[in-house]
Amino acid sequence: MSAIYGLYSDPNVAQVAVNNLRAAGVPDADITVISSEPFEHFEFGHRDARTAMPWIATAAGAAGMVATYYLLGLSQHAWPLVTSGMPVAPLWTNLIIIFEMTMLSAIAATVITLIVTAFIGERGTLYDPEVSDGYILVGVEKTGDAGKLESALKIDGGRVKSI
Amino acid sequence: MNRTLTKPFTDDMVRPVMSTTVWFWAIVLATGTVVASGAAAWGYQLWYGIGLSGKRWPGFWALYLTNFVFWIGISHAGTLISAILRLVNAGWRRPVTRVAEVITVFALMIGAMFPIIHLGRPWLAFWLFPYPSAREIWPNFRSPLAWDFFAINTYLTGSVLFLLLPMIPDFALVRDRSTGWRRKFYGALSFGWRGTTRQWNRLESAMQIMAIAILPVAVSVHTIVSFDFSMANVPMWHSTIFGPYFVAGAIFSGIAALILAMAALRKALHLEKYLLPLHFENLGKLLLLMSILWGYFVFNERLTVWYGNEHHEMAVFWATQRGQYAPLYWTMVICNFIIPIALLSNPYTRNIIGCVVASFGVVIGMWLERFLIIVPSLAHKALPYSWGTYTPTPVELMIMAATFAAMILLYALFAKFVPIIAIWEMKAGDFAHAPRQGLAAADPHRIDAAAPASPEAAS
Repeated sequence: MSAIYGLYSDPNVAQVAVNNLRAAGVPDADITVISSEPFEHFEFGHRDARTAMPWIATAAGAAGMVATYYLLGLSQHAWPLVTSGMPVAPLWTNLIIIFEMTMLSAIAATVITLIVTAFIGERGTLYDPEVSDGYILVGVEKTGDAGKLESALKIDGGRVKSI
Repeated sequence: MNRTLTKPFTDDMVRPVMSTTVWFWAIVLATGTVVASGAAAWGYQLWYGIGLSGKRWPGFWALYLTNFVFWIGISHAGTLISAILRLVNAGWRRPVTRVAEVITVFALMIGAMFPIIHLGRPWLAFWLFPYPSAREIWPNFRSPLAWDFFAINTYLTGSVLFLLLPMIPDFALVRDRSTGWRRKFYGALSFGWRGTTRQWNRLESAMQIMAIAILPVAVSVHTIVSFDFSMANVPMWHSTIFGPYFVAGAIFSGIAALILAMAALRKALHLEKYLLPLHFENLGKLLLLMSILWGYFVFNERLTVWYGNEHHEMAVFWATQRGQYAPLYWTMVICNFIIPIALLSNPYTRNIIGCVVASFGVVIGMWLERFLIIVPSLAHKALPYSWGTYTPTPVELMIMAATFAAMILLYALFAKFVPIIAIWEMKAGDFAHAPRQGLAAADPHRIDAAAPASPEAAS
């Protein structure tokens, strides 16, 4: 048996299952909860909520801003076009492009962080297609004491499966 | 609360993806024919030259750029509205967001085509792109056209990602319910999505950050499109009001397009249970607000020009108020101001039919507004010897009709392959309303159990 899990239609029962697994000595990192929607009103929905994504986006935006400022200036001075008496590298007009590239950098960094942390960095293969019918899967992939885990997951309103 | 209660809803959303009706093929055939005719008209123009369009000195910006500004304006329906509603956590946004975000992506794609169609030699369109080349045509970053390039591409990239990311969980759901090629297709699109708490948290964080980032970008895009005009010393263009005026107009036309799309989808896909009269009423209120704001901007613009009494500006002013463009101008005022206010300020007519009629009027009115900004000004430049007229040719009208058909075709294809309402967002919204049913008090695990009601429930 490589994994054991329970399927619950009620998030309250899923929360009890998560609590039972913790009480059975399973580390939080080893508990897998899978659902077809986010459960932000439940404690189990907030596991793994901490992320540096906003800081990464901010840093990328700042990097994009600085890089665009210098790239634009370098580009404009490499071939100094004189238009309507404006300076070769006028800040007023350059600000528009700098702003767009700042935002684009922040957006790109956000998506890359999402891909890395939620897809590439996502470990585990535990899944059951019944999740798409609204069931919440609570399980463990490293099954040490299978009997103990099974009794932790066996709650009224749920079904226990193993693979 | 039994979560399997969500199954009928999921079935309703997935059904159009799994089965195809005769109506779908009829729409594809009809709109595809018009799109093909438009492509043929463009091919005809490419072969015989840009002279087939009605563009003549002094009006070299005409129907194509009217459509460019119009479609970029329509694109403000989606991402901007969706991002605002997401940030303020408006519960009623859930069935609306995807319908809106799709409009943004397709309208931007269509709008961005027009500067290329507008060119005499579109195969050299890459010369417009700001990159250093051996031809020594160095990019002029002080040109509003270069700003357009950056702004539209940033908005398009952001909007595509803002649309695609929340589609991934729904692709996974369709994957689980399908077999054969569909299972492989949606499996690939879902990038191995399982729905772990980590994935949900990351997705929601990403959506929140993107909503914050995309809002100023959306505002900047139409401001920069307005700079294409206001940076030029052409009568009634060189105005500081153009930035906010264009943004307000874009949101106005965007909301109207969204209401029309929602009404069409509601009927075609039988979504009466999910796209409720409440959604139309709320959007109708927004449309009413934007109609008043639009009227305010027009009054400001007109009053300032009239009071300034500059000869060259007054020529344009009178041409639109009581000259050759007056019928179009007053049609615009009726469509954008009189009809929406008459229908939407009255609670009895602010229903689905009232909203659709008002929105249809606004789409027509806002197209006329774009036309009236561009054509009369170029036809009445500062020196009277350079005055001229403009009449669109059949080639231009055919290409324009094709873009409207293309929008319907792209929308129909999208609704065929993707659940048009975000399934997971609807489910999450359904549960967020649970405190209303008194579940919170009985539920010791809810982190908001002590709160009287969630903000979602309040909305």
